[in-house]
Amino acid sequence: MADTQYTFKDFKSDQEIRWCPGCGDIAILMSVQKAMAKLDHKKEDYAVISGIGCSSRFPYYMNTYGFHGIHGRAGVLASGVKTANPKLSVWQITGDGDGLAIGGNHFIHEIRRNMNLNIILFNNQIYGLTKGQYSPTSLFGQVTKSSPYGTIEQPFHPGELVIGARGKFFARTIDSKVAETVDILVEADKHKGASVVEILQNCVIYNNGAHNAITSKETRDDNQLWLKHGESMIFGKEKNKGLVLDGLNLKVVTIGENGITKDDILVHDAHQELPYVHLALINMNVADGFPVAFGIIRSVEAPTYEVLLEEQIKDVQSKSKIKNVDDLLHSGNTWTV
Amino acid sequence: MDKKIIEVDQVVIKFAGDSGDGMQLTGTQFSNTSALIGDDVSTFPDYPAEIRAPQGTVGGVSGFQLNFGKKVDTPGDFADVLVAMNPAALKANVVWAKDGATIIIDTDAFTDKNFVKAGCNEEKLKEIYNDFNVIEAPITSLTKESLKDSGLDAKSMVRSKNMFALGMVYCIFDRPMEHSVTFLEKKFAKKPAVAEANIKVLKDGFNYAVTIHAMPSYRVHSSTIEKGVYRNVNGNTATAWGLLAAAEKANLPFFLGSYPITPASEILVEIEKRRDLGAKAFQAEDEIGGIMTSIGAAFAGHLAATSTSGPGLALKGEALGLAVITELPLVVVNVQRGGPSTGLPTKTEQSDLFQALFGRNGESPVPVIAASTPSNCFNYAFEAAKIALEHMTPVVLLTDGFIANGTEPWKIPAMKDMPEITTQFIGKDTKEYLPYLRDKKMVRKWAVPGMKGYEHRIGGLEKMEVTGNVSYVPENHEAMSIERDEKVKNIVNDIPELEIEGNKDAEVLVVGWGSTYGHLTTAVREMNEAGTKVAHAHFNYINPLPKNTADVLSKYKEIIVFELNLGQFAKYLRMMHPNNHYEYYDKIQGLPLTVTEIKEKVNQILEQL
Repeated sequence: MADTQYTFKDFKSDQEIRWCPGCGDIAILMSVQKAMAKLDHKKEDYAVISGIGCSSRFPYYMNTYGFHGIHGRAGVLASGVKTANPKLSVWQITGDGDGLAIGGNHFIHEIRRNMNLNIILFNNQIYGLTKGQYSPTSLFGQVTKSSPYGTIEQPFHPGELVIGARGKFFARTIDSKVAETVDILVEADKHKGASVVEILQNCVIYNNGAHNAITSKETRDDNQLWLKHGESMIFGKEKNKGLVLDGLNLKVVTIGENGITKDDILVHDAHQELPYVHLALINMNVADGFPVAFGIIRSVEAPTYEVLLEEQIKDVQSKSKIKNVDDLLHSGNTWTV
Repeated sequence: MDKKIIEVDQVVIKFAGDSGDGMQLTGTQFSNTSALIGDDVSTFPDYPAEIRAPQGTVGGVSGFQLNFGKKVDTPGDFADVLVAMNPAALKANVVWAKDGATIIIDTDAFTDKNFVKAGCNEEKLKEIYNDFNVIEAPITSLTKESLKDSGLDAKSMVRSKNMFALGMVYCIFDRPMEHSVTFLEKKFAKKPAVAEANIKVLKDGFNYAVTIHAMPSYRVHSSTIEKGVYRNVNGNTATAWGLLAAAEKANLPFFLGSYPITPASEILVEIEKRRDLGAKAFQAEDEIGGIMTSIGAAFAGHLAATSTSGPGLALKGEALGLAVITELPLVVVNVQRGGPSTGLPTKTEQSDLFQALFGRNGESPVPVIAASTPSNCFNYAFEAAKIALEHMTPVVLLTDGFIANGTEPWKIPAMKDMPEITTQFIGKDTKEYLPYLRDKKMVRKWAVPGMKGYEHRIGGLEKMEVTGNVSYVPENHEAMSIERDEKVKNIVNDIPELEIEGNKDAEVLVVGWGSTYGHLTTAVREMNEAGTKVAHAHFNYINPLPKNTADVLSKYKEIIVFELNLGQFAKYLRMMHPNNHYEYYDKIQGLPLTVTEIKEKVNQILEQL
């Protein structure tokens, strides 16, 4: 336990926030600060690491140790910090451009290594800081500054990449849902391993309303499924819709119709090692008549890189005769003149 | 027939064969044995980029040259003894044999088929026999004969033929075999039959050479070397150890982020082994990951380094700029190779000098230093780390394929004799941490995550003087640019002055930097001994240049800059010290200089004076 009780204000830096008014990042900043205040780490043990982009300005607004890196490289910067000092709580702040385009390679590899990092991916489906070019998560056909006739590229689903990289933790939330986001961030930090939290973020300037089909007042109840481990996958205004497995596919059903009861609805198992149901949940979208899945979709325990490394060091040290550099220099074949 | 005894100070041997013939191991064994009995040794492994190039072709020839005896500073220009395991090896290397050299060939491999593979005509190749003392030995069949009762299959038997050749050469130079016997016993501890076979072939090779009497015997004058404990070391291992030594001296944990690349991979491999010293080596997914994890580790308070070769340095450029602007300590080792692009991955070159000095966006000053021998890679890696930690800056250390793979005996230093390293951590009692507050040397203080009360943010955006807050103020950017530049310039006060070797009242100065030291010092020494007046200045500190550089250079009528590129250091000197006239001698063949060509160039300049 930390010897100090923090409030979110303890994590605010003295720097003026320069995101656009109404930017989703502002709410995310609040969520992260609140999550940190809830967690048990000492303030000096937090390191907030970012790449380049609107979201990557984040460390400047945090009163913690912070490093604003270069484009796409937040993952490797964070990996270096964590490997060097495993005691730190390391938060990587990245966006869909930074993390999935220029930094895509690092993204999959940090997940594969399962280093204990909190990877917060702000997904607004656009490049903001360079003023409105399409990103790897922009929709097919989306008209942007750099796709005046619509993109002809298929977008990534971040969660699908996480599963593809054999990831152990994936959660999804929405920028404006502060309470839910705080809970998810706390769980992400507690999870030992690479925890990816995708936050649907609204860019008010270049892609305003990108997530409206999911987040608007009129549709949100029918289009959002908030998952909780051990609870049935029920959603909808009337709380009467749910998911069942139909063969290998998910299917939306209505409780009370066609003899469906609450007991028929799938129960969420975030800890299931096999990723197939998690993958199906990740890929649900409104256009196909599904709700979008939120909450902690996948959370599976596995050994982490930095712990394995520390164990290996201890093991080798206990066996090796080389205890210092003098020993090293005199190891192997030597002769005296 | 009486044996001819030739007395010499140095002998150069080249072992050459197919890249699967075990020539690197054979050469290493001879070098180690010679070093163990007190000779100076310098080696030059020269192998193709392909792991198993087509057998029998010139492209697939793997060579290992070594020079041993007294005052050895280079692997030698030309071989006194050439061992050629097939026609391709002979064809590729005969130009590097001295007139009258002894050439040992495996006649079993000199078949019509192999002449065709080597792309040469038997008659023509045999014409050279007149110019050399050729020993035709049926090495392959004698090896098979030696092992006929071993129970090994034919393929395994033939694999030992390099030991037959080694045994023969041991005999010629009257070397003891014990060291190699012990080595083989250790190497094949789990396969005693193979160990036994190799040892038998080694001894039979030795005895065969005794029996045939046909070759000259050499008596090599050993060096009178300083007393101490010695070992062999190559440049890459010495670099890795120098970094570890600096970490220990600075009382810091060590981190290396790296990505495999020829000819630098061995540094990563060596650090990976050093879990016993608590070193953390991180094999990243790419070159950028290598340097970025290192920057992360530096931010977290480690001595951090990344190792690479030219193409990797190109990829690291942006991140190196991040280390410059954040002012974090970092060592970037660039083991240079032939370029541009993939170029000549296994061959040596000094053509990354400009990249190291200038290969980044913005005003991005970086100290650059260069090691000049395999063993002093240890000292310059240590020095690079010391400068990085004491001046809070990334430092580029340049070595190259020649010294990285080359070995030499090394008097093992004691850690207690290594210089102290002062880290720049913020004092524990400091009330307020201002990340970019500078001392007299323009150096900032280091606070790392986990230190209570010193939480701060750094990054790639320009920052305000003192506070480090993001700043777009025009005058501030200029001030910070100048401060970063001044900080690097100030390092000049902490580095040694340039020393001059050779004749005191020479009018001609030979200038070199980095790995050309051995060849230049040998050429100058030999010319001085022959009465020619010439001096030598060798640069290990490139940026900043030593304080007395201008003084030194101004004393000479002619300055000849020798380097393995198209004149990068000469151009740099002309930029920094424009009042001198610089003569260029450039070589860009993927090969080191030769003492012969250096002397020729110096003599040519002397004639013009």
